[in-house]
Amino acid sequence: MKKIKLALIPYSVYALIFIVAPILLILLYSFQDTGGAWTLENYARFFDFSDPVYLKVLWRSIKLAVISTVICLILGYPMAYILSKLSPRVRGTIAFLFVLPMWMNFLLRTYSWMSLLERTGLINTFIEWLNGLLPAAIQIPALNIMYTQWAVVLGNVYNFLPFMILPIYTVLIKIDRSLIEAAQDLGASRGRVFLKVIFPLSLPGVVSGISMTFMPAVTTFVISRLLGGGQNALIGDVIENQFKVVGDWGFGSAMSVILMILILVTMGVIRRFESDKTGRSVLM
Amino acid sequence: MNKKRHPLSVLYSVFIFLFLYAPIIVLIVFSFNESKSRGRWTGFSLRWYQELFDNSTLMDALKTTLAVALISSAIAVIIGTAAALGLHYSKKRIRNVLMNVTSLPMVNADIVTGISLLLLFTFIGLKLGFVSLLLAHITFNIPYVILSVMPKLTQLDNNTFEAALDLGATPLQAFFKVMLPEISPGIVTGFILAFTMSIDDFVISFFTTGADVNTLSVAIYSMTRRGIKPEINALSTLMFITVLTLLIVVNVRSGRDVQKREKERH
Repeated sequence: MKKIKLALIPYSVYALIFIVAPILLILLYSFQDTGGAWTLENYARFFDFSDPVYLKVLWRSIKLAVISTVICLILGYPMAYILSKLSPRVRGTIAFLFVLPMWMNFLLRTYSWMSLLERTGLINTFIEWLNGLLPAAIQIPALNIMYTQWAVVLGNVYNFLPFMILPIYTVLIKIDRSLIEAAQDLGASRGRVFLKVIFPLSLPGVVSGISMTFMPAVTTFVISRLLGGGQNALIGDVIENQFKVVGDWGFGSAMSVILMILILVTMGVIRRFESDKTGRSVLM
Repeated sequence: MNKKRHPLSVLYSVFIFLFLYAPIIVLIVFSFNESKSRGRWTGFSLRWYQELFDNSTLMDALKTTLAVALISSAIAVIIGTAAALGLHYSKKRIRNVLMNVTSLPMVNADIVTGISLLLLFTFIGLKLGFVSLLLAHITFNIPYVILSVMPKLTQLDNNTFEAALDLGATPLQAFFKVMLPEISPGIVTGFILAFTMSIDDFVISFFTTGADVNTLSVAIYSMTRRGIKPEINALSTLMFITVLTLLIVVNVRSGRDVQKREKERH
């Protein structure tokens, strides 16, 4: 048995070099200026309240991620619910269809939205065609959301919706049917059964769905770049820019540290919420 | 419960599927478009499929992507399986610490992982290129292997391993003859997950590769800034159809296995 423990050594060494050390390096760089001298300037620059350029970017990232997550939840919960009601054979196939798009490169799928959303894109061509059929009094306005914040939200929702649907679906199909039947036998209406039994029991799925959509949405830099154009830069874009264009690694590292802290805090809040709610739902 | 499907729920499902599949359909349809335009249909042609195979940038990127995915998943499987074994038999405190470290690359944003590795490679003076790309992919692949193998080890009956030892097998023999067959489904799942993650990755590759080595994702990203060539639509259509066929074959086969097993039981 002792020898088996030796199998852990290669990974421990690997993890130390490639997981722990790199994160320490980010911390180290974040306290250095471009010349390598120690400084707090990188953080001061981010939290400069007299000229809050970067705080505004951070705020925009959080705001768009929250909006995207809420839309994913509103769209995803009913879908997961409908899916969970199907027979096991059918729902397996349909759940598979939700994962299938992820097998196509996400950059290309996101880029493909440009063809759909552009001013002369496919959606507007379709609207134009519809307007030709409709009487002059009812005309559908053209869709012009490309290079706006709404295009970024749409890109987020499109990319992360399956991450909301699947965890909720997984929890919903595991709910003990006898609990639902008991509630019905005791005279609860369908709406009450949903509100008092199904929804509380599905909360763990909702919580993991929220974290699985919020995290990538708040840190993305590709979706905002492709669909949002230059004006809607998110924190990820600014970090990428520091490393790939500007070359100010210290400032880029400081923003990475801030992003890491943001993620850890969010995770902490979500976990706490999760244990609270599941605890309460067991008591109910 | 009532089995009849509400027309509203059917309509809703169609709407969601249309939303998820619209860009993919557009991409596939326009890979057969005669002209370069990605918004106007001018006629059917296989031109982009022909030009794809002459495009050395894309073909090189495809080779790099597949090579990195295969090698990194294979190495991740070896290190990850060994790690899972060690973790399973180690003290709870050591296990907890290491599992927390393992979950770091999964919890952290890809952009942070990518940057942290970029800093490491610069710090130790490793030139960015194929090797750094490979090391980065191994790093984010190992956790998927560990997390797929660990549950199989927990299900494992420890006595069989010890019985093999008592009967005179060396620990290695006991591992390969007794334990490995039991945990191999977890290893296979881990490999497939790692392979998929590796092929799909853009952000970490973007930060850890050099100017002369491109994965498909990185090549696609640099194209999006200069305008996507329709060849890439042709390539991703081919990849999508390959994956779809593979998944259907696997599903049908495992479905048949289940049926066979059910028949044997009766």
